[in-house]
Amino acid sequence: MAEGVLEIEDSNFEAEVLQSEKPVLVDFWAPWCGPCRAIAPVVEELAGTFGDKIKFAKCNVDDNPVSPGKFGIKSIPTLILFDGGEIIDKVIGIVAKSKLEEMLNKV
Amino acid sequence: MKNVDYDLVIVGGGPAGLTAGLYAARARLNVILFEKIVPGGQVVTTDWVENYPGFPEGISGPDLVQKMTAQVQKFDLNIETNAVVSMDLSEPIKKITLSDRVITTHAIIIASGASPKKLGVPGEDTFYGKGVSACATCDGPFFKDSVVAAVGGGDTAVQESLFLTKFAKKVYLIHRRDQLRAEAILQERALANEKIEFLWDSVLTGIQGLTDVEKISVQNLKTGDTKDIAVAGCFIWVGILPNLEFLPELVELDQYGFIIVDANMQTSVAGVYAAGDVRSTPLRQIATAVGDAAIAAFSAEHYLENVKE
Ligand SMILES: Cc1cc2nc3c(=O)[nH]c(=O)nc-3n(C[C@H](O)[C@H](O)[C@H](O)COP(=O)(O)OP(=O)(O)OC[C@H]3O[C@@H](n4cnc5c(N)ncnc54)[C@H](O)[C@@H]3O)c2cc1C
Repeated sequence: MAEGVLEIEDSNFEAEVLQSEKPVLVDFWAPWCGPCRAIAPVVEELAGTFGDKIKFAKCNVDDNPVSPGKFGIKSIPTLILFDGGEIIDKVIGIVAKSKLEEMLNKV
Repeated sequence: MKNVDYDLVIVGGGPAGLTAGLYAARARLNVILFEKIVPGGQVVTTDWVENYPGFPEGISGPDLVQKMTAQVQKFDLNIETNAVVSMDLSEPIKKITLSDRVITTHAIIIASGASPKKLGVPGEDTFYGKGVSACATCDGPFFKDSVVAAVGGGDTAVQESLFLTKFAKKVYLIHRRDQLRAEAILQERALANEKIEFLWDSVLTGIQGLTDVEKISVQNLKTGDTKDIAVAGCFIWVGILPNLEFLPELVELDQYGFIIVDANMQTSVAGVYAAGDVRSTPLRQIATAVGDAAIAAFSAEHYLENVKE
């Protein structure tokens, strides 16, 4: 379900993530990052299961330096779960799908 | 014969697990591979592989994983994303507890690999992902024109420090001895690299900062002096620990916690094999992992012929 993960940019980060009515999971990634490529299909699968409850987004840190800078990201992949503009939870690096499910079940 | 779910269960989908899977699938065994994260293991986080034969130009870790995965898919290996939680090896028919169910099998190949070891210094956990890292390909580009530190002296530490020099303006390589353990070719490159400054006979004693890494403390073991160095990142490559939380005591380990096997890759328990970084071995590489795994799968196949008779 590739269409289930929205590409966001610095310009619409505020509107799509921080102002979102639904909770949002943002996958910060870059094309040079191998582990990001490995985790992407897992995020897509999760978008398929949790898509009604949670918005799934990805942010390319190369093209959009402002948002990752704001959240102090120095390691990717980093997945951050936002709700009501606040950070609810965050995982750094590649982790088991079950761990991500646990995090998504919190909202 | 009793009803058993599988002939063979493979634990882990790194190079060893995928190779065991390739051989087992081609042998038409009733086999399943469990991988708790994504296939590829440590190779997913490896920037560039130059010493795996068949790729004269070298190959990126993720590309190599993609090829290995495509190859097992061609032979319809059953791969499930699931973690092995525990095992009961007391009977010839073994029980494996997964995160959601219990299954039975005749034979097992343990290929769960290893994870980076921590140093256990103050700040290491606090600043993880905020400058502290064990993955240069994940994080290197965040340190463009910065000064970073790397700890270790083996192949991984030296190879990854060289990769960091593509981004960082300076890399302090901190090593507790006065010479490196890495392959000669890697040593030559590192010693010739102007961006790498070696801190010999030295250990990292602490990592400090406000929200992110700002400085580290390094002690010289010869003089006992400690100095602080301003860095934005600190990469730690000081060895690995086997991933064996699920393993019962029945299986014999060496003094460092790695599984002892015989020349057939069999552990101290009949029908249970180990391959790759989890086993007690003098060298842990992709080439050795796949070699171990081919033998382990071959041995498992013979074991199965006997038990099923
Ligand atoms: C940064 C870095 C650079 C390297 N560079 C090179 C190089 O250039 N050349 C080279 O030959 N080698 C290199 N290596 C070493 C090489 O990656 C390893 O030797 C090799 O990956 C070992 O393969 P493996 O299959 O035994 O284990 P791993 O690659 O560790 O794979 C084990 C797999 O098992 C899974 N697993 C663990 N526990 C469970 C469980 N309970 N249930 C289910 N699944 C589980 C893990 O998620 C993992 O995917 C490098 C390693 C690192 C870290």
